[in-house]
Amino acid sequence: MAEGKLHVTRLYAENLTLAYDERTVATELGVAIPDDSFTVIVGPNACGKSTLLKALARMLKPRGGAVYLDGKGIGEYRTREVARRLGLLPQTSVAPSGITVGDLVARGRYPHQRMLRQWSRADEAVVTEAMRLTGVLELSGRLVDELSGGQRQRVWLAMVLAQQTSILLLDEPTTFLDIAHQVEVLDLCADLHEHKGHTLVAVLHDLNQACRYATHLIVMRPGGQIAAQGRPGEIVTADLVREVFGLPCRVIDDPETGTPLIVPASRRSSPKATVVAGIERSGA
Amino acid sequence: MSAPVTGRVLRTRGEGLSLRVDGRALGASLGLAVALVAVMLVTLTTGEYELSVPEVLAALVGQGDGGAEFIVGTLRLPRLLTALFVGAALALSGAILQSLSGNPLGSPDVIGFTNGAATGALLVIIVLGGGMTQTAFGAFAGGLAAALLIYLLAFKGGVQGFRFILVGIGISALALSVNSYLVTRASLHDAVAAHAWLIGSVNGRGWEQVAAVGGTLAVLLPVALGAARRLSLLQLGDATATALGVGVQRSRLVLIATSVLLAAVATAAAGPIWFVALAAPQLARGLTRVAGPGLASSALMGGLLLTAGDLAVQLLFPTSQLPVGTATGCLGGLYLCWLLAAQWRKGSYT
Ligand SMILES: Nc1ncnc2c1ncn2[C@@H]1O[C@H](COP(=O)(O)OP(=O)(O)O)[C@@H](O)[C@H]1O
Ligand SMILES: [Mg+2]
Repeated sequence: MAEGKLHVTRLYAENLTLAYDERTVATELGVAIPDDSFTVIVGPNACGKSTLLKALARMLKPRGGAVYLDGKGIGEYRTREVARRLGLLPQTSVAPSGITVGDLVARGRYPHQRMLRQWSRADEAVVTEAMRLTGVLELSGRLVDELSGGQRQRVWLAMVLAQQTSILLLDEPTTFLDIAHQVEVLDLCADLHEHKGHTLVAVLHDLNQACRYATHLIVMRPGGQIAAQGRPGEIVTADLVREVFGLPCRVIDDPETGTPLIVPASRRSSPKATVVAGIERSGA
Repeated sequence: MSAPVTGRVLRTRGEGLSLRVDGRALGASLGLAVALVAVMLVTLTTGEYELSVPEVLAALVGQGDGGAEFIVGTLRLPRLLTALFVGAALALSGAILQSLSGNPLGSPDVIGFTNGAATGALLVIIVLGGGMTQTAFGAFAGGLAAALLIYLLAFKGGVQGFRFILVGIGISALALSVNSYLVTRASLHDAVAAHAWLIGSVNGRGWEQVAAVGGTLAVLLPVALGAARRLSLLQLGDATATALGVGVQRSRLVLIATSVLLAAVATAAAGPIWFVALAAPQLARGLTRVAGPGLASSALMGGLLLTAGDLAVQLLFPTSQLPVGTATGCLGGLYLCWLLAAQWRKGSYT
């Protein structure tokens, strides 16, 4: 609180410059992840969502600025200490060939283990619970190589859950999944957020899913700037989507949840358009 | 409820100690150790002078007669131990690199450590006119130099993936052509010495080599085993390993340095020995079926391969003193063909 801030969150970043070698992805980027939120980051391809997530998880050292976790620069912690507070599911992961599902999930316990305390009862209970939650417990003896993309994604999710961190960063956790499994994973995330007290940060591709599940939405624009952030219902408008994604659309209320629903404009004008126009939101 | 993981779980009361033990891997390692002891006994008892097991054992503890003690203590044992330690060091080096690169071709003899060591040795023999000890130092320096070059050229973005292997193969080819050039420049006497060194062998190796390689192993085997858990997390990729709390850069540097030192010392002691570093970890994995790095079983397998290989050439060609490097070289070529073909079929080069 030295800066006299009213709301310092557990995880925030100030004035970040993010770059790979010559390519600068973002400058003067500041984000705060509200505590106990389900924060979703959306933005067009290559705008720097994964890069931001990597910086938040100390995987990428910022060129400028800093990331703070629980009141301290994230670089000041031992990496194992960070791993007990904050977990990350990267966009792509590799499993060594010949590993079983259970053994892979068990590797998520590493930050809690010691050389001579490799597999306590607590480890076992946590791993089993993580696998049960993600529905991969029946697969525990199978080889990861032999799973479908969707099963594999749930196994990785189980590994991150086994890490038992209160903050979870997930980079596109629904890729490779069919629509039913996407909803299943997102419902699981919502559950973790609501009932288990996790703070979640997820990058999602699908704007409508983002609006439905996020309690806090961060919209990034190309160039790594933040175009808007806040409750989806308060910030998502047709103007914003057009400006950030270059997509003409209308934004209506999701008939299931009342959250914003983005309906891309048809190139051919549709006779039905007048019907939805009745419930169209007003642009801000 | 059964544990969702493979292997047996051993826990003390209060869980001060809890270990996971893979029964199959343990059994395979014990089997390898038994085979190794058998090979060692046969090696010590057979040869131009047959000795019985009690005679050998007596000689080992200094209770044998003078002839037996000379044969065992001066002729057979140093050669045997050199083969054992060189094999184990090479296999360990290969197992580490293969796990780091996630590729069975990530082996010191494929990616140029070995040819680089040869360049160093040849420079000493041909340009500096050094003797055996200086040659060993030359080989050691050459191996390190090759590794450093690969590291500088390929390190950007980690050693994951094929880039590291391809750069290594390039360095290997480069070193090989330098080696050929050096030999053409040599006098006949030096060329013969160079040639003799270039065929790796444990013939006539003494306690000096045993001490060098054994001492290196005594230091680096615990280092490698201590880093094995981190190595198994590095197999999941840099991002996941970092997320799980592994200091990726430092762990990788320690592991690469360990691998390079093991290969360089082994090559300095015995000359280039092909095939062991490449194949031993894969063969060990075939037995243990573990997905992790399998360092201990690989080291045992390497020791077994080289001692058994050296025993085989002594039994099959008792008079010609065929170097064990020739035998492993032939086998290694065949194995490499098979491995490349198998990988190609799997499409893992795409
Ligand atoms: N490892 C890398 N090295 C160099 N450039 C990268 C790397 N990863 C991403 N980039 C570049 O950084 C930009 C942002 O990428 P990323 O954060 O992955 O975007 P996305 O929003 O799709 O997740 C892109 O232009 C991408 O090409
Ligand atoms: Mg991305």
